[in-house]
Amino acid sequence: MKTRLLTGLLSLLMPAMVMAGEYDLTVDRVKIDTGDFVKEGIGYNGASPGPVMRFKEGENVKINVTNNLDEMTSIHWHGLILPFDQDGVPGISFPGIKPGETFTYEFPIQQAGTYWFHSHSGFQEPDGAYGSIVIEPEGREPFRYDREYVVQLTDKHPHSGDRIMRNLKMMPDYYNREQQTVGEFFSDVSKNGLMNTVSDRMAWGGMRMMKADVEDIHGFTGLINGKGPSQNWTGIFEPGERIRLRFINSSAMTYFDIRIPGLDMTVVQADGNNVQPVSVDEFRIGVAETYDVIVRPKDEQAYTIFAESMGRSGYARATLAPEEGMEAAVPQLREPARLTMADMSGMAGMDHGSMAGMDHGDMNMSSSEGMGGMDHSSMEGMDHSNMKGMDHSNMEGMDHSGMSGMDHGSMAMGKKGGPSDPFYAKGSGLVPTAANGGKFLSYADLKAQDPLYELREPTREIELRLTGNMERYTWSINGVKYEDADPIRLKYGERVRFKFVNETMMTHPMHLHGMWSILDVGAGQWNPIKHTISVNPGTTVYMETEVDEPGQWAFHCHLSYHAAAGMFRKVIVEGGPESAQAKTDVLVEDGGEV
Amino acid sequence: MSCIRSIVAVSVLASIGVSTAVTAQEMISDTTARKQPLTTWGVQFEEFEYRYSDDDEELGVWNADAFYGTDDFKVRLLTTGEYEIEEQAYETLENQLVGQIPISKFFDAKAGVRFDTPEGPDRTYAVLGVAGLAPQWFEIDANLYVSNDGDTSAELDAEYELLFTNYWILAATLDASVAFSEDEEIGVGKGLVSTETGLRLSYDLIDRAFSPYVGVVHERKYGDSADLAEASGGGTEDWFAVIGARIAF
Repeated sequence: MKTRLLTGLLSLLMPAMVMAGEYDLTVDRVKIDTGDFVKEGIGYNGASPGPVMRFKEGENVKINVTNNLDEMTSIHWHGLILPFDQDGVPGISFPGIKPGETFTYEFPIQQAGTYWFHSHSGFQEPDGAYGSIVIEPEGREPFRYDREYVVQLTDKHPHSGDRIMRNLKMMPDYYNREQQTVGEFFSDVSKNGLMNTVSDRMAWGGMRMMKADVEDIHGFTGLINGKGPSQNWTGIFEPGERIRLRFINSSAMTYFDIRIPGLDMTVVQADGNNVQPVSVDEFRIGVAETYDVIVRPKDEQAYTIFAESMGRSGYARATLAPEEGMEAAVPQLREPARLTMADMSGMAGMDHGSMAGMDHGDMNMSSSEGMGGMDHSSMEGMDHSNMKGMDHSNMEGMDHSGMSGMDHGSMAMGKKGGPSDPFYAKGSGLVPTAANGGKFLSYADLKAQDPLYELREPTREIELRLTGNMERYTWSINGVKYEDADPIRLKYGERVRFKFVNETMMTHPMHLHGMWSILDVGAGQWNPIKHTISVNPGTTVYMETEVDEPGQWAFHCHLSYHAAAGMFRKVIVEGGPESAQAKTDVLVEDGGEV
Repeated sequence: MSCIRSIVAVSVLASIGVSTAVTAQEMISDTTARKQPLTTWGVQFEEFEYRYSDDDEELGVWNADAFYGTDDFKVRLLTTGEYEIEEQAYETLENQLVGQIPISKFFDAKAGVRFDTPEGPDRTYAVLGVAGLAPQWFEIDANLYVSNDGDTSAELDAEYELLFTNYWILAATLDASVAFSEDEEIGVGKGLVSTETGLRLSYDLIDRAFSPYVGVVHERKYGDSADLAEASGGGTEDWFAVIGARIAF
């Protein structure tokens, strides 16, 4: 009786406690063991990754962060909607947390889903200062699961972040070990012919660009929940259970292509927001993105979670198994990705005259559907020799004669699992394909489950060209580095349409703090709501933002070394509800980009 | 129950109190390192080697540079030397200190001073140069020198790397110098003075920080400079076998 009363009392007390949950985090020097190497790094509560912070929607959280380092630190709550002075970006939200100090974050939890947190100071995040956030929704979720696991990825490198940045500045290809070799030259010659290969190399050499420039940093060990491939993090399941996997890419620089051979994955959430379920065999997770998927293993066997880096320079691996110690086969890495001229197409002033000898060898045309009217004009030396399974038999009206002005727009071939994706440049070497030939998730598949905002016309458009110079390892927006840039000024209450034009040959995951990024996938009201938008080379991507949070915010490429090299902006939201108005008024900073 | 309610009320009140305090705080301006130009540095020994010539001459040779600065301005120290092991004397010893600024997407301009202090007469030069990456991946470093005696000369260094694999790299180098006036004292005649061509096969043993190599180097003097060398009893052409390491840190 007494215990019952006690539990009753506790259960009454619990919600009250939860409504004002208090949490403690310490920032510590830790040892990180990847199985391949042991490295000193930075972690939370004595470990890297830090803990899973579990919040409840509607709760007010109070988080005491104690800095045990001998340098400044900060924690940014990635994807959380909160007052700007709680956002944790030194120099923008607050001054930072001094050594030995405790800073108390305090903010209401106004959302649900999978998020993460990380340091926004120096290179502490690549050095290990990250953890995950799981927020339980107030209401019911539109999908069911019996079990859940956080699957947090990172690209742990044996070098410290500071050293990596310095090496990149000294030699931009310092870490790239997938460059084209003499051997590749001869294998290309035998595939595509000598002249085509020579003119291809000349075209790239003329631009001083590398086809192999897919990933800046090679030589990392992919970690899942802090475990390297040999340490094999394992999630236990009972056959028949639905498992929710909360994938978080906390990498400094690496995109991962994720699959679980033998299991269908149903994507139910992207960047913390529910999406209309889509069943896929594989998906690519950009740096800082999250995807929640549901899998249902029916057999009493182990399954490998295999996460190959986009450029195939490394991988992370984990296991789902009915019991600890079981494991499944680990797939081989696929061939390194190579950029094509299509990925260069965003470059201003690029000379398209050098496109003779353009290599389409990477294109795997699995279907001829939609190829009618395809126009291959005037591209001398264009090599189709390597197109596997290309079926010309029922192509009507395909005309290769005397054409001028090649139209890639109609090259949406391979409707199912083919190499086309509207979020990649047409003919891009980066278009992912599923290892099993099945469905690979595209941004175009993401539709909001329950739109957060009403659809309305944007009040204005802001163009942000993503720019850089690989040889100097400088990265910028509209050709201006953060150090030289004025802030972007937005007005409270407006809806801004951002136009990202990627003029570089690298993929940039653009992250706006504090306000949602509504990714335009052409679904109108059902456009998905994200916090990080990946923009592929040679593409233009639009997102809209309801400017509904006053204050000042960071807006940057989430590749650590690109952000540090200048692909970063401060956004100032002017005006706002009365309480915030006072804050904005004291700001005396001049200038502004828009 | 009422007790619990009051706890909740207190905590809610407390949080309101804190948020008003926060509201009063003004927006800060970014004075962090991120808003400052990124300052970086590096040290590289392109060549750090032992040379053995076809007439049994032994040399210790280095060619290195160190830089410190930002994207917009770097200070660079370039040093190169050839040490005659048997004679314990520097055949060449050049140190340059230059300031470097970007002038195009792939090229920097340099200006500074060069001090030559080998065995024999010393020279000081003013340096004006460009360095960068030419199309087709040729690393170019071209310099114009004016000595304290008023003699002018130019030097072109070019390098191309051929990747047998991503670790086995063959580097081809060509250094050529031209004098626009004679400086007999240091053996420089007017016209093409000398060339040094090298082939070095390296293996990246530790990242790109330590890459041992073996190779061959060919040195030749031309025209008046060759005549001057012969007159002083020296050779005009040398072949060397080299062993060394490329070092970067």
